[in-house]
Amino acid sequence: MGDFHNPEGDVDRFRFRIGFAAVVVLLAFGLLLGRFVWLQVIQHDFYQTRAEDNRIALIPIVPNRGVITDRHGIVLAHNYSAFTLEITPSQTGNLEATIDALAEIIDIQAKDRKRFKRLLDEAKNFESIPIRTRLSDAEVAIFAAQRFRFPGVEVKARLFRQYPMGKVASHALGYIGRITDRDLKWIEEAEKQANYKGTDHIGKNGLEQHYEFELHGETGYEQVEIDAGGRALRSLKRIPPVSGNNLQLTLDIKLQEITEKAFGERKGSLVAIDPATGGILALVSNPTYDPNLFVDGISPENWKELNDHPDKPMVNRAINGAYPPGSTFKPFMALAALESGKRTAQQAISDPGFFTFGNHTFRDDKKGGHGSVDMYKSIVHSCDTYYYMLANDMGIDNISKFMGQLGFGQRTGVDLGKDEFSESKGVLPSQEWKKQRFKKPEQQKWYAGETISIGIGQGYNAYTPIQLAQATATLANNGVMFRPHLVRHIVDTRTSEKRAIEPKPIRDLQWKEKNLEVIHRSMLGVIKEGTGNRAFAGAPYLAGGKTGTAQVYSLKGAEYKASAVKQHLRDHALFIAYAPIDKPTIALAVLVENGGFGAQSAAPIARMVLDYYLLGKLPAGAAPEDSEAVEEDPEE
Amino acid sequence: MDITSTLKRWWLNAIAHIDFPLLLITAAIMLIGLATVNSATIDSAHRMLSQAGNMGFALVIMWLVSRMPPQKLMNFAVPLYILGVILLIAVFLFGIKVNGARRWLSIGITRIQPSEILKIAMPLMLAWYFQKYEATLKLKHYAIAALLLVVPFGLIAKQPDLGTALLVGGAGFFVIFFAGLPWKVIIGLGAAGAAAAPLLWHALHDYQQKRILTLIDPTTDPLGSGYHIIQSTIAIGSGGLVGKGYLNGTQTHLEFIPEKHTDFIFAVYSEEWGLLGNLLLLFLYTLLVARGMMIASAAPTLFSRLLAGAISLNLFTYAFINMGMVSGILPVVGVPLPFMSYGGTALVTLFLGIGMLMSIHTHRMLVKK
Repeated sequence: MGDFHNPEGDVDRFRFRIGFAAVVVLLAFGLLLGRFVWLQVIQHDFYQTRAEDNRIALIPIVPNRGVITDRHGIVLAHNYSAFTLEITPSQTGNLEATIDALAEIIDIQAKDRKRFKRLLDEAKNFESIPIRTRLSDAEVAIFAAQRFRFPGVEVKARLFRQYPMGKVASHALGYIGRITDRDLKWIEEAEKQANYKGTDHIGKNGLEQHYEFELHGETGYEQVEIDAGGRALRSLKRIPPVSGNNLQLTLDIKLQEITEKAFGERKGSLVAIDPATGGILALVSNPTYDPNLFVDGISPENWKELNDHPDKPMVNRAINGAYPPGSTFKPFMALAALESGKRTAQQAISDPGFFTFGNHTFRDDKKGGHGSVDMYKSIVHSCDTYYYMLANDMGIDNISKFMGQLGFGQRTGVDLGKDEFSESKGVLPSQEWKKQRFKKPEQQKWYAGETISIGIGQGYNAYTPIQLAQATATLANNGVMFRPHLVRHIVDTRTSEKRAIEPKPIRDLQWKEKNLEVIHRSMLGVIKEGTGNRAFAGAPYLAGGKTGTAQVYSLKGAEYKASAVKQHLRDHALFIAYAPIDKPTIALAVLVENGGFGAQSAAPIARMVLDYYLLGKLPAGAAPEDSEAVEEDPEE
Repeated sequence: MDITSTLKRWWLNAIAHIDFPLLLITAAIMLIGLATVNSATIDSAHRMLSQAGNMGFALVIMWLVSRMPPQKLMNFAVPLYILGVILLIAVFLFGIKVNGARRWLSIGITRIQPSEILKIAMPLMLAWYFQKYEATLKLKHYAIAALLLVVPFGLIAKQPDLGTALLVGGAGFFVIFFAGLPWKVIIGLGAAGAAAAPLLWHALHDYQQKRILTLIDPTTDPLGSGYHIIQSTIAIGSGGLVGKGYLNGTQTHLEFIPEKHTDFIFAVYSEEWGLLGNLLLLFLYTLLVARGMMIASAAPTLFSRLLAGAISLNLFTYAFINMGMVSGILPVVGVPLPFMSYGGTALVTLFLGIGMLMSIHTHRMLVKK
């Protein structure tokens, strides 16, 4: 490029380049033309034949779905083979007549026909479609004897998913069900359409859904030549499928089972976490359901029963139930006070049993108050007034900033469900949140009075049990926070190597050691001499804990029976705990819906879980019903 | 009398900026396209009418653009480019995922695909840039132009949308090429590209690698992308010399061809019209590109030369990549066949280009050098 600019030269050069480009265009189109001549003239006969008998059917071979085991290798989800009766529509003359004739020798119900119709609409011509699943051996024999009457009908062995533990851990495992349009979209988004040819089930929630593409495996196929009538002539090639990868969980299924038993009939949730890794040891949501019901397509009656049940067994309370944390919030509030320098451990208040702000009085549970209360006592005896004052001194901004860092009001990212929206966020109250939550300006404003009940875990506070468990685990682990997760490692079926899900700390909150020590000492105090002492009487290990009670508000104007009210207006009971206190190996949060005081119904469940996990002690008999427990001490 | 002369004046004014060769060629391809869309969708959701609507709308756009003088078009270059890049970054940050790629931005009622804007903004911007530095063009300007090209290209490739990235990158490269990028550099880049191929290979997504491998041997993935190619080559090959006749393509009507009214529409056409049909189509595309190049050669300013040249070559790239992938000599990258494939957005983008060509050609006398 000279500096001397010559426009004429530029135009000439441009025209030369246009000419050059024209030659390239002609060459490229010539190449295409050559390809067309090759395909349409030289190879025409070959392709003509291929098109005419475009009857090389590729029959997909569905891989074995991966097996899910607990941390000790106990199987939680696997597959078994069962016989199905299948029809290949292209090989049968009259479908209706065929099915009618089959129904004479084998039990075929209306729902089987309905399902067949639905599958028929989706299927390709050469695929076989099940008309009956799970044939008994007798039925297989009956059909085998009469086979000659039914061209295009055959008995096939298909794989079915089975959950040997039944109802146990169903919310963690999830289940598989038939692929719906929504699932199809999901498969397309992941560009997995090819791999799902022939697959008709997919993970619907929980681990089965989260790890769908790990569990599924790779579909194999068989190239089969088919004659004009659609009958398979011979197999040309077979590429075997590759089984899905297996999941080994961090879950301890025995612990899970004991916990579920401890809940009995009561609704609620418990999440237990290994604080050093974030591995979930138990994840309970009660009541639960049997995932085996879904495997073969759930019957409408069963579906209705599960969905319309007032106790909502299908809801995973651990990640989708948002509850006020009640007094379990207090240790975190106390830590926030120490870290921000708003309080020292020694500062004591004189508690009259209430706190007045403006013209509103906030009451303490204990009439007449707790007397002189320092931080240790405020936690051990769960003194509300202390926290009313503290919250008022700290202000909402400081509280929500500290609690936000602990993961309150955010999704933990636990490996359940399809995407992050499978988990609820809960509510971390803040000025910002109120602005977004409400429409009217006067509602959008944050009032100082609203901060006060936040201090005792009431008000707008609403967190999921898994958030509470994560925060407890973080406290037990001195501020090093992990993402709660259920899968310990994925076992690659091809190489048998274990791909560990490396627990990486999300963040280190860098709390001061002396502050942590105050909180740990106080939480130990709770079970030694405070609100949790009865539940933990005689425990041979030292644990930290905190009771909590969350108010449930009545629904005004709802119709109710007197007896039902009692049940529904009962407060939720909560308990958080970790043990052993010097080097915790387990941290947990329990919530019992309408369980009354935390000390009464939630703490004993925590005790059972810790006893089993730390000592291997099985609880004696089932959990005691807390129906009409004598309330000696109304202190929670 | 008066009325007729007014009407006549009005009419002459209305068609003043239409370039009839371009209009006729594109109309011919579109008619073929309509017939083929009809054939491809006759067994299912019928789309011929809505495609005709798309075409009408796109033609109006073309007419509007053709009436804008090139100086006006220049004014759009920078804002449109900046808008496009900002939207691409927005997509990268919070676009919605559809089919495994983050290509769309949700704006209330509808979704937009910002990469589409760049198909127009890229050649506009670079042509504007070279016009600006026409008198003092140095090597560094080519480098800056390359940078302007690489940023959106990278963002689009990352989505991942290889097809659009290639078209946008191509459009930009053509401008730089016509602006006189030294041959030494071109050859050097080519050599460097060849040397970097293994690295590039690793930068590709798994599924893209798979597509290229599938191309070499479609049978390696007979259930996935190989299936597309196998079936479309069977369709083309079985079409033979004169095709199976309109509406008689067995591959088409037995549902063997995937995406048959969009990216794979050429297979439908080719099966029913055979080699003769393909010849006709290739001839029409050649005419289209040739007309564009003529306009480029006759254009008075550097800006309009570069823009017209890039648009013409881009039309060629579209057609070549699509027919190449459907007939199995190029990997499947998801590029529609210009003026044939069903879809409103692609048509609008194409006719924006055609409108600019017309504008450049019909305003050429008005520019005082």
